[in-house]
Amino acid sequence: MESDKEQMRIPISQRKDWSDMVPIPQDDGPNPVVPIAYKEDFAEVMDYFRAVYFADERSLRSLQLTSEAIPLNPGNYTIWHFRRLILESLNADLHEELDFVEQIAMSNSKNYQIWHHRRWLAEKLGPVAASKELEFTKKILSIDAKNYHAWSHRQWVLVALGGWEHELDYCQNLLEDDIFNNSAWNQRYFIITRSPFLGGIEAMRDSEVSYTVEAIIANPENESPWRYLRGLYKGDTQSLLSEPQVSSVCLKVLRAKCNHVFALNLLLDLLCHGFQANNEVKDAVEALWNSDFGLLDLDLAKSICSILEHVDPIRANYWAWRKSKLPVQAV
Amino acid sequence: MEDLVRELAVDKHARYIVSVEKRKDDFESVVMEHLRMSGAYWGLTTLDILGKLDMVDPDEVISWVMSCQHESGGFAGNIGHDPHILYTLSAVQVLALFNKLDVLDIDKVSNYVAGLQNEDGSFSGDMWGEIDTRFSYIALNCLSLLHRLDKINVEKAVKYIVSCKNVDGGFGCTPGAESHAGQIFCCIAALAITGSLHHVDKDLLGWWLCERQVKSGGLNGRPEKLPDVCYSWWVLSSLIMIDRVHWIDKKKLIKFILDCQDKENGGISDRPDDAVDVFHTYFGVAGLSLLEFPGLKPIDPAYALPVDVVNRIFFGR
Repeated sequence: MESDKEQMRIPISQRKDWSDMVPIPQDDGPNPVVPIAYKEDFAEVMDYFRAVYFADERSLRSLQLTSEAIPLNPGNYTIWHFRRLILESLNADLHEELDFVEQIAMSNSKNYQIWHHRRWLAEKLGPVAASKELEFTKKILSIDAKNYHAWSHRQWVLVALGGWEHELDYCQNLLEDDIFNNSAWNQRYFIITRSPFLGGIEAMRDSEVSYTVEAIIANPENESPWRYLRGLYKGDTQSLLSEPQVSSVCLKVLRAKCNHVFALNLLLDLLCHGFQANNEVKDAVEALWNSDFGLLDLDLAKSICSILEHVDPIRANYWAWRKSKLPVQAV
Repeated sequence: MEDLVRELAVDKHARYIVSVEKRKDDFESVVMEHLRMSGAYWGLTTLDILGKLDMVDPDEVISWVMSCQHESGGFAGNIGHDPHILYTLSAVQVLALFNKLDVLDIDKVSNYVAGLQNEDGSFSGDMWGEIDTRFSYIALNCLSLLHRLDKINVEKAVKYIVSCKNVDGGFGCTPGAESHAGQIFCCIAALAITGSLHHVDKDLLGWWLCERQVKSGGLNGRPEKLPDVCYSWWVLSSLIMIDRVHWIDKKKLIKFILDCQDKENGGISDRPDDAVDVFHTYFGVAGLSLLEFPGLKPIDPAYALPVDVVNRIFFGR
């Protein structure tokens, strides 16, 4: 397919409708620091692009020329800029333009220019574009579920154009595909804190805590749900301390005796905020103690820091610092 | 550290950078055409940190940089391209490296940058209005280097950045966007430049940042992503600015960066055994400089310029 296209391509210099135009080669300055030689096709397209750009020719053939130039180098922001000027001047059908962008984006989904152009289009089209934009980002995210540009575009669409109705379900599906997807967890937080349909974080807290706890139990080494759990109690530490599900998830993970860094960390935070650990919790921590660590400390928080220094050696300094910040225990 | 000093192929990296600038016909130089200004910044800053800036002719560089400036005061990524805030900062940084900021019409450049601030305090990248905390950093860095921060509403600029803070302590490109080490660098450096780091929860963010170090010693930019040399800059500089860099295993990180070198032909790649490029060579060398690797010039974590260049600008020495 690609090579057929290649063979069919007629050099611009041999096309009738371009005979009046003199191409302009790249000016690399007096003594170029970075002299660049281009491949022939690329060079010819760019030479003609410069010619229409400097002549400010906002015509149909210029638009077609940018369609040829962009796939050769989708990062070239000047071509995109000029294309927008042409689209405006020609009053072009922007729905058609969405298709053009989609075609380019499928193989260049991490390119800033494409997303910026897409947003410009969606902004012009307004709320009617919402569902199409959500579909488009879904397509990109089905290839790379952590694509930062796609997520940022999607959030903008939701806020500016709407379309929140099925967003939590979509997020749920992505997390079912990959529970380690931090972008999807972030989106979940975005939805429960901002969706006009869900009533806000406090209304959602109970069901979200249950969902998160389940995710943690399945994969205690997964950083994202631990942070999400903390996020559910943003600015409300008292509720975090008093919610039995929070301490019990820590206990469960500790008792399983593997991948317990995040559980120990949360427990440490709880203790620092005044949480009173019961004997079950103390026993579970004690059971993780290894004689190599030295003598078990009477202070539970200190013991946790010592365990973490050993099981997470790459961050040993962090855990040592946590230990040093602990208040002196009045035994 | 002693045993590692000989592991850095200083001369080969310097030769690689100079050769990229002269190379023809390859893919990298073709796709780099429109962002040559940033390429020049990456390459020349690396040379300066390596103590090899004298391998290039300053006059050639400066005349080319100046020919990329537009009537608006902004700089383009290359001759014949449109101006953009990205390349305007790169141009100012390159001129700063050569102590040539005096060739600029400072008010013209700073008016261009200041004109990109929006009502909510955020910044657009150019006339087309893309908004991102990257552009906030670039604007604040650029105006600070030019001593023209008074041309914008700094308070609003800070407020917008703070509105992009997440519950994990990190920052994203816009309010509510996922924390990402690259965006965190931009936000932390912007806050550092404006003396506003009190808005940061340093312990929480510090922990998030040190969680980015993986077993190989390298750093990733988000949870569950692969390590990449470029995060040696984004994560490390952020940790330094919030005074928490001792929380990671520096020796392991140094080893990871050194493992990403092409020891035959020079240059550094994103991960061991991948192809090298100028971008990763810069971030690798700059990362080593932040780690106080012997023989390298120290680099300023906020301005992303050698410390002596920053001192010259702010203290006249």
